[in-house]
Amino acid sequence: MSHHTTPDKKFWTPANILTAIILAVGLVLTVKRFTMGIGSVTNLTDDNPWGIWIGFDLLCGVALAAGGYTTSAAVYLFGMKKYHSAVRPAITTAFLGYAFVVFALLYDLGRYYRLPYPLTIYPGPTSFLFEVGLCVALYLTVLAIEFSPAVWETLRWKKMRHYAHSLTLVLTIFGVILSTLHQSSLGGLYLIAPSKLHPLWYSPYLALFFFVSSIPAGLSMVIFEGGLSHKFLHHKMDQTHIDEAPGVTLGFAKAAAVVLFGYFNLKWIGVAIDDNWHYLATGWGAWFLVEVIGFVLVPCLMYAVAAREKNQKLAFWASIVTVLGIVLNRLNISLVAFNWQLPSEFRYVPAWEEIMITVFIVTLEITVLRFCLSKLPILHEHPEFKEAH
Amino acid sequence: MKRRKFIGMLAGAGACLAASSASAGGTHHFTGYPESFGVLFDSTKCIGCRKCEAACNKVNELPAQPVPFDDLTVMDKRRRTHHDTFTVVNKYAVGDKPVYRKQQCNHCLEPACASACFVGAFKKDKTGAVSYDASKCVGCRYCMIACPFEIPTYEYHDPVTPRVRKCTMCQPRIEEGKLPGCVEDCPKGALVFGRREDLLGIARERIRKHPDTYINHIYGENEMGGTSWLYISGAPFSQIGLREDLGITPAPQFTSGPLGVVPAIVGLWPVFLTGAYALTKRKEKISEEEQHHAVAEAVADAQAEAAKKLKAAMDKAERDKQAAVDREVKKALKDAEEARKKEAEAADAGEQ
Repeated sequence: MSHHTTPDKKFWTPANILTAIILAVGLVLTVKRFTMGIGSVTNLTDDNPWGIWIGFDLLCGVALAAGGYTTSAAVYLFGMKKYHSAVRPAITTAFLGYAFVVFALLYDLGRYYRLPYPLTIYPGPTSFLFEVGLCVALYLTVLAIEFSPAVWETLRWKKMRHYAHSLTLVLTIFGVILSTLHQSSLGGLYLIAPSKLHPLWYSPYLALFFFVSSIPAGLSMVIFEGGLSHKFLHHKMDQTHIDEAPGVTLGFAKAAAVVLFGYFNLKWIGVAIDDNWHYLATGWGAWFLVEVIGFVLVPCLMYAVAAREKNQKLAFWASIVTVLGIVLNRLNISLVAFNWQLPSEFRYVPAWEEIMITVFIVTLEITVLRFCLSKLPILHEHPEFKEAH
Repeated sequence: MKRRKFIGMLAGAGACLAASSASAGGTHHFTGYPESFGVLFDSTKCIGCRKCEAACNKVNELPAQPVPFDDLTVMDKRRRTHHDTFTVVNKYAVGDKPVYRKQQCNHCLEPACASACFVGAFKKDKTGAVSYDASKCVGCRYCMIACPFEIPTYEYHDPVTPRVRKCTMCQPRIEEGKLPGCVEDCPKGALVFGRREDLLGIARERIRKHPDTYINHIYGENEMGGTSWLYISGAPFSQIGLREDLGITPAPQFTSGPLGVVPAIVGLWPVFLTGAYALTKRKEKISEEEQHHAVAEAVADAQAEAAKKLKAAMDKAERDKQAAVDREVKKALKDAEEARKKEAEAADAGEQ
C-alpha cells in the first residue's frame, strides 16, 4: 500500500502522450473561444441555444457525480459502515465532477465573469436555473469541505482535519438536501418548454425523474470507478479497501437494481399521465423504448442477477450500461428530443471544436483525479490517521 | 412589477428563497396590465413589402443588411429573427395565393423568458413591452430555450459582452408618445397600435363584419396566457407559421408547481434524514447493548460452568482423597490384621 510513485516509471506512456495532445488542442480552442466568441467554436444557433456543453458537461456531469451524496448518505446516515472505504473515492470524484461542471460552464456562458450574479446581485428565484446555480454553488462548497481531510492529512494539519471531520454529519445531511434539489431542478429546467420537448420525454415529473435516476447514476459510477481502480490502482489500495470492495460492489448493485426498477415504473407513469401511448408506435417511440428498456430495465436485471449470484464482473458491466443510459437520457432530453418539430436543416449537430473542448475538460478532470488518487490518502488510510474515522 | 411573488432560496442550515418582483410561481392568474399597449397584425392586409423590416432596422440602429429591404426574393426561404434583425416577414403558400406574416417578439403577458431568467434581466413593462436589461444578463440563453415562439436571439460572435437581442416593441418610442417603427411605416394598415383591450375589440369587429374573410380566432388573445401582439388571418394560423398547439397556460405555471416543492424538501429532508440517522444510531446502540448483554450472559454462563466444574473437581478430589484415606486405612488395618495373624501363627508354632 505504498503511496509513493515509483521513480523508475516512464512518464511518456502512450496514455500520457494522448493526454498531452488533447490538453494542447484544448488550450488552443480555449483561446479561440474566449477571444472570438462562442460562435467561433460551436454550431449553436438561435433555434438551438444549448448544445453538448449543457447537455453533456452540465446534465451528465452532475448526474454522474451523484456518487458523493449517495455513498456518504448510505454510510453516515443509514449506518452502512461496511461501505466506509467507498466514501472517500466517491467524495473525491464528486468534488472534481462538480468543480469541472462549473469550469465547463464558463465556456458556455456568454458573460462567464458574471457567474455569481444570480447568487449575489440579481436573484431570479422563479427560474429553475436559479435553483441549479444556488444548489451547485453550495454543494460544491460542501464537497470541498468533505474532501479536505484528505488534503489536511497529507499536510499533517491535524486541527484542520479534526474540524472538517467533525462536520461530517451536518455536511452529509446538507449534501443530500442540496443534491435532491439540484439533481431534480436540472430536469425542471425543461418544464418551461413543453412545446419544444417531445411528449414522450416531456413530463410534469421531469424533476422527479432526474432525481430518482441520479441515484443509480451515482451508485453505478462508484461501482465503475471502483472496478477501474482495482484494475489500475491496486497498488494504491490498502487491505481494508481491497477487502471491502466486493461488498461495496454487490451492495451497491442491489441498491441500484431496486432504484432502477422504481425508475422504470415511474417512466411508464410519465407516459400514462398524459396518455402518450400512441407515440410509442412512431420512430420516436422506438427510440424511447431503446432508452427505457435497453438502458433502464436491462441494467436493472443485470444488477439484480449480479447481486443474487455475487457476480462482481456482471455488476461492473451493469454499471457501464447504466452510466451510458443516464448519458443517453440526458442527451435525449437536452438535444435529441428537444426541438423535435424543427425541420432537420435547423437541428443541432455539435461542431468538432465543441466536442473537442468537452473531451479536453473530461481529460483534464481525469488527469486531476489520477493525480489526487496517487498523491492523497483516498484509496488507503493515512498511516498517522488510522482508526481516526 | 408586482405580479407574483415566489419565495425561494435555501434558509438557515442551507438556503432561503428570496422574494423577487419579476416572478412566477404564485397562485393567481395575471391578465396583463390594464392600460398596456399592443399591436394587431392583420394578415389579410399585409402585402409582404418589408417596409416594417426596414423601419425596424432604422429605428433600432441595427447594422446594414446584406440584402436590401426592397428585394422581396428573400421571402422564398423561411427566415427567422436574428441578433441584427428584430422582425422578419415570411411568405406562406396557402391555397394558390401567398399569405404574409410578420414575426417579432409577441410580448407575452406572462413571458416565459422573464420566468426562466435567473437574474431577472427580462421584465414585463406596464406599456406592454417585454424589456431586456443587458447589464444583468449572464448569457446562459435559458430565455431562448424557454420562449415558445423562438424569438430571443444571441450575439454568438461577441467574445466579451454578447447580448440577447429581440424586438423591444419600441418601448422608448412609446414612452415618447410615438408609434413603434414598424407600425408607423406600414403602408397598408396591416399593423394597428393601441391599447390591447381596444385591439381585441377592433379584431372582433373585423371578424364579425367579414366572417368569410377571417377565421374566427384572435391569435394571441389566450395563447400561452395571452400576448400583447395579436393576429387575425384568413388562413389557418398553423399554415402561416403560428403554432396552434401551444395551449393557453402561461409559461410560468409549468414551473411554479414543481418549484413550490423546494420549501417542502428543504423542510422535510432534514427531519427525515436526522430521523434516519437517529434510527441508525439507536439500532447501533441497541445492537451494541444486546451484544454487551450477550457477552455478559456468556461470561456468566461460562463462569457458572467453570464454578460447577471446579466444584465437581473439588468434590471428586475430596472423594478421591477420602477414598485414598479409606484405602490407606483399610490397607493399614489389613496389614495390621495380617501382622497380627502372622504373629499369632508364629506364637502357635512356638508353642508346639
